[in-house]
Amino acid sequence: MTSAAGSARTSRATDHPSPVRPHRPRWGRTARWSGWLYVLPAMLMYAVFVLRPLALTFQYSLYQWNGIGVARWAGLDNYLTVFTDSDLLKIISNAFVLIIFFSLIPVALGLLVASLVRRISAGPFGTAVRTILFLPQVIPLVAAGIAWSWLLSSNGLVNQVLGAVGLGGLARAWLGDFDTALPAVGVIGAWVLLGLCTILMVTGMSKIDPALYEAARIDGAGPVREFFAVTLPSLRHEIGVCLTVTVIAALASFDIVYISTSGGPGLQTTVPGLEIYRLAFSQRQVGLASALAVVLMLLVLACVLPIQRLTREDKG
Amino acid sequence: MYGFSTKYSRRRLVVLASLLAAAATVTACSAPGADPESPGDSAAPARTELGTEPITLEMYAETGFPLAKALADEFTKQHPNVTFNVREDQFTVIVENAPRVLASDNAPDVIRLPTMVDLVKDGLLKNLDPYFTAYGWDTFPASQLVQLRVAEGGRPRGTGSLYGMGLGYSVTGVFYNKTLAERVGMTQPPATIAEFEDLLAKAKTAGVQPIMQFNKNTAGVNFPHQALQNQFGDPAQIADWIFQKPGATFDTPAALKATQTIQRWARAGYFPKDANALDYTAMMGEFQKGNGLFMFNGDWESGTLDKSTSGNVGFFLFPTEAGGGRHVAMSAPNTFGVGAKAKHPDAAAFFLNWVHTNAKAREISVTVGGSHPGGPSDLAVPAVAEGSVLAQTLKASQQLGSENGAVDFTANATGGIFAAAITPEMQKLVAGQQTPEGYVKAVQAEYEKELSR
Repeated sequence: MTSAAGSARTSRATDHPSPVRPHRPRWGRTARWSGWLYVLPAMLMYAVFVLRPLALTFQYSLYQWNGIGVARWAGLDNYLTVFTDSDLLKIISNAFVLIIFFSLIPVALGLLVASLVRRISAGPFGTAVRTILFLPQVIPLVAAGIAWSWLLSSNGLVNQVLGAVGLGGLARAWLGDFDTALPAVGVIGAWVLLGLCTILMVTGMSKIDPALYEAARIDGAGPVREFFAVTLPSLRHEIGVCLTVTVIAALASFDIVYISTSGGPGLQTTVPGLEIYRLAFSQRQVGLASALAVVLMLLVLACVLPIQRLTREDKG
Repeated sequence: MYGFSTKYSRRRLVVLASLLAAAATVTACSAPGADPESPGDSAAPARTELGTEPITLEMYAETGFPLAKALADEFTKQHPNVTFNVREDQFTVIVENAPRVLASDNAPDVIRLPTMVDLVKDGLLKNLDPYFTAYGWDTFPASQLVQLRVAEGGRPRGTGSLYGMGLGYSVTGVFYNKTLAERVGMTQPPATIAEFEDLLAKAKTAGVQPIMQFNKNTAGVNFPHQALQNQFGDPAQIADWIFQKPGATFDTPAALKATQTIQRWARAGYFPKDANALDYTAMMGEFQKGNGLFMFNGDWESGTLDKSTSGNVGFFLFPTEAGGGRHVAMSAPNTFGVGAKAKHPDAAAFFLNWVHTNAKAREISVTVGGSHPGGPSDLAVPAVAEGSVLAQTLKASQQLGSENGAVDFTANATGGIFAAAITPEMQKLVAGQQTPEGYVKAVQAEYEKELSR
């Protein structure tokens, strides 16, 4: 470390024989270099395990390749397939439907629950509520998927409850029915992500200055007005984080779908993540799978960047 | 705050982009994939002695099927210098892993194979022709190994060089619950499809689930579908399609009629209402609990059913359309092959030959695997308990062999046909979301798409 800093100093001295204000730039320059040294290991890992695979995926997407044999140059054909194949378009649209369940519902419910438990959040009861709500986040998604597929099976708890309250006519194999499979998968996702959203909101609310609420009260605001005038604007950051995380979870979903329905019935619940995996490893179309992966990445960015922009902008 | 963060992120973007570009230029120089390797050394003399040198055979087998491990253990008992290092995975995982595992330096000597066509095309499997000659496998019935032959370049299958052997040769048909059969008045297995359908209707009226069949994850309804298709037309047509012979098509009157029948059965409620939400394990559980008169499945479950239902289950080959005549059923080897890069191919071939010819090994194949052990026609099939369903499936297997009625599964036609077409389309058909015509055309379209690659 000392030798590196020393050599940087000498080389700098020879490069610039007549430095103006010698002290500060020298110190700044050295610090910058040693800073890079600190992040070098992390950068290397990042390059090897993130950037290289990313570049390779992009490269593969331009070929027709089965993963073993010789690849054939395909140009943009794979991308053309992604955007014209009706099955693949349906699969992509499924992911957008999941956004409703994975993002909008947990965020809306999370806000609601958080504002309800805000007042009690300090006491032991608040801790219990937070723990219970956060629990789904701790359970592995695979376990959650299995548990829910039992609950939603044709003789599972959901149908038993429906039967018990006289709604037996509604009972069905929720995950095997063409009309209900995707919403059923969505419900599992909403259950998993609700806890995360609630916890983030509760944390965000605890940072709001109580004086604001007091002022609102004095101005005659009811709980609803209070929520929209004070709570919601103050939670802009938290909502942004929630939306970002959950939209990514929706678009890149895999585990829950793979476990609960395997994408069926038909293509009703097949999502891009699952299809990429199938194309690459079971159908051995590495090129097309990579193209779909690149498209999925761009879709995620296209959805998440505006959210980031909208919620980060601070007028103050 | 805002200004700083954008500036910062913009700079980070520039750094990212340049790193990405650098990575891209490094990797984009050459096309992915290995150069085509020289084809397997099929001319090398095949050694039929095991030797005494201690060796370890790498085996890649299927989880949930204890046969391979049982045979390996017995082999080590008889030949202590050979031990096995067994790796097990679910079949679907093997399907996904096989190409990469076989291409690696530590390729398995003995591997449970999914469809072999792609693997042969990529030169990943050992050509077993030299061993065929050296061990005299020509004394086996030719039909036994026909599914394991692949022409040069991977297409068509069913002809050309030998690339695998069976650890048992399974047969499929219909299992039935004896108690429920009595209740609906079935005194003997149906002799025609009409009789079979009559029993389905009777079961439905009696409040008995006529057919217990899974259709989640993979299309279990493809079992009854092909059982019907086998009877409605020339099975050679189906075999040609599965073996990828030029000009073969799925769009045939037989396939259409079979699909129409399945649609009719689905509408009549002969399949479980939640078939699309039932997986294989759930189906087995329901059937063993006594839920379902019939179940289309294979003899690999005979041992389990004998044990779990204490003899309350029977088996018959799916009947022909007009009664009598030649039975046709799906029957396939429990295929194992030898990796082209395997370290001990001679020992692996010795093992495969031993499985077919050693008396103890044949007994294990039957009692543990539940299937016909294959091998030379003049070797007796090991005896099993009279009256068991295992005895029935073994007899059916021999009958099928003598009637030359074995066809492979349509699901094995190409590497992706089952997952990409048969499963989703069958799920749609059963749920009333697809027409029979649409089903047949969709399967054929996917087949052509895959073959054109």
